[in-house]
Amino acid sequence: MNFIALKMLVGNRARYLSIVIGLTFASLLITQQSAIFMGLMTRTFGFLTDTALPDIWVMDPKVQYIDDIKPLKETESIRVRSVEGVAWAVPLYKGLLKARLSNGTFQTCNVIGLDDETLIGGPPRMLQGKLSELRRSDAIIVNDIGAAGKLATVLPDGRRVPLKIGDTMELNDHRAVVVGICQVQRTFQSQPVVYTTYSRATVFAPRERKLLSFVAAKAKPGQDFHTLCQRICKTTGLAAYTKDEFKKLTIRYYMKYTGIPVNFGTTVVLGFIVGIAIAGQTFFSFTLDNLRYFGTLKAMGATDRVLLQMILLQAALVGSIGYGLGVGTASALGTLLGRTELSFLLTWQLLLVSASAVMVICAVSAILSMRKVIRLEPAVVFQS
Amino acid sequence: MADTDNIAVQCKGVTKTYGSGSTLVHALRGVDLEVRTGELMMLVGPSGSGKTTLISIIAGVLGRDDGECIVFGHDFRHMSHYEKTRYRGQNIGFVFQLFNLIPTLSAAENVAVPLIINGVKRREAIGRACEILSRVGLGDRTYSPPTQLSGGQQQRVAIARALLHNPKLIVCDEPTSALDHETGHKIMELLHDVAVGVDRALIVVTHDARIFEFADRIAKMDDGHILSVENSNYRLTNKKKN
Repeated sequence: MNFIALKMLVGNRARYLSIVIGLTFASLLITQQSAIFMGLMTRTFGFLTDTALPDIWVMDPKVQYIDDIKPLKETESIRVRSVEGVAWAVPLYKGLLKARLSNGTFQTCNVIGLDDETLIGGPPRMLQGKLSELRRSDAIIVNDIGAAGKLATVLPDGRRVPLKIGDTMELNDHRAVVVGICQVQRTFQSQPVVYTTYSRATVFAPRERKLLSFVAAKAKPGQDFHTLCQRICKTTGLAAYTKDEFKKLTIRYYMKYTGIPVNFGTTVVLGFIVGIAIAGQTFFSFTLDNLRYFGTLKAMGATDRVLLQMILLQAALVGSIGYGLGVGTASALGTLLGRTELSFLLTWQLLLVSASAVMVICAVSAILSMRKVIRLEPAVVFQS
Repeated sequence: MADTDNIAVQCKGVTKTYGSGSTLVHALRGVDLEVRTGELMMLVGPSGSGKTTLISIIAGVLGRDDGECIVFGHDFRHMSHYEKTRYRGQNIGFVFQLFNLIPTLSAAENVAVPLIINGVKRREAIGRACEILSRVGLGDRTYSPPTQLSGGQQQRVAIARALLHNPKLIVCDEPTSALDHETGHKIMELLHDVAVGVDRALIVVTHDARIFEFADRIAKMDDGHILSVENSNYRLTNKKKN
């Protein structure tokens, strides 16, 4: 009976296409918006992803997320280093500083100050120059997107000339020389990322009593991270998180205190409603259109189970095609716009979520249709 | 008294009502009817007389309120929903007024449906459907969808569909009402030629007086009653002609 079910479905081209298009849009909206949301959330902790070496991040206990800097005393890194089980601990500066460009305009930059001696916490990939060049006077390393974008020089004819090695700029009225171009994760605020040494960053930064943002620490081999975190907390009175815990803390903040989840959630729900409204309703109408034929099959000896299988097969087919097209289109858009500001992260979990949503839409449509067919009196076949 | 071995359908005191209270309609008010094997029984009468309700009950697609209705020794009331459905699938063929051919299937696929329902493989079922379509003169239209067939051709496809699984009983509801006189005549000739067999019975509901001549017996109905059952001389006339 499968081929009859499929021919009934595919043969009614207008209805078939409407259902598939409805499901495609639902799947596209759900997948794409969720992927953008995931991308944005990933950007919130991009700095942690880039800074792979430390196992443990130590900070003020009141810090709520990665950009919520509550400075510590310079000596805290030494205290952390002295905790049993810590292999090393380095100071890190992270702050937003204003850069004055060659054309006189200002641009806020995300400045990272690395430990002067070890340069631990540097960018994951250098495109031009070397990390060690940071030891030169006034040296900074700029990320490629920032150099080609917000830090680029705009010529009178509108062309943009990217910042390159040897160029200078002012960071909070201090001269800075570009010695390298690196590649890092895009940040949530899409600001240019500037790497320099810790001591130089504290010179660039406005004067404050305390300037240390984080202490990045490495556990000795065999140390349990959670136990070590607890030990650091107990010894120093500071908060200590593993990398994953710090990521979760950051995401939790954005989820709780920003409207991002609501905004994206609304669109995802909208996609779901579009799916139910268009695809579900059209699928139900398709069943109603074919009620006479289902009745005929019933009269001719097709059992309820067979008819239900037919409807499920039809729902599964349109669901699979709609889901495939939706996810495919979302992936294509993500790939096409991958080089733009668009944040897009399509994970297998999202594919599952989208598939589940489409499955629910199809199941609801199929259940409504099945109820109609089950309740159908085969005597309907004699009604003219 | 008729020989019970030759009885295809036996209805005694069958009643059926629709609705309730002020909307109660008595569709059948105690119908007695006997259809013999090898017979073409025609049920005639005005609209609303209960013809369609009666064949729906006989065909097992509608339950009765009271009375007895035995079809080839089986009482649908004593069968489960599943058994009833399977019995219909194996033993009853249907021809409908509006053909009820699935528009997205070809003629052969439509004809093959009862066999496929009964578990025959698709390829074999379609092969047998093509053979029977040739018997009803549609050998060259096996792959045409119903929309490309005339009304007469569609009804021939429907008849082929009703015959393919060799059912014991074929019920036809107004098989000629959507057809012109000449086509209607051809269809009835075809039905009579291919459907009536020694161990098979055919019940045709109609109020098309032009086809009464094809009946072996005609049961006249009105207001939920069988008014009379009369013999017709069609078969006798045909035998004389031959």
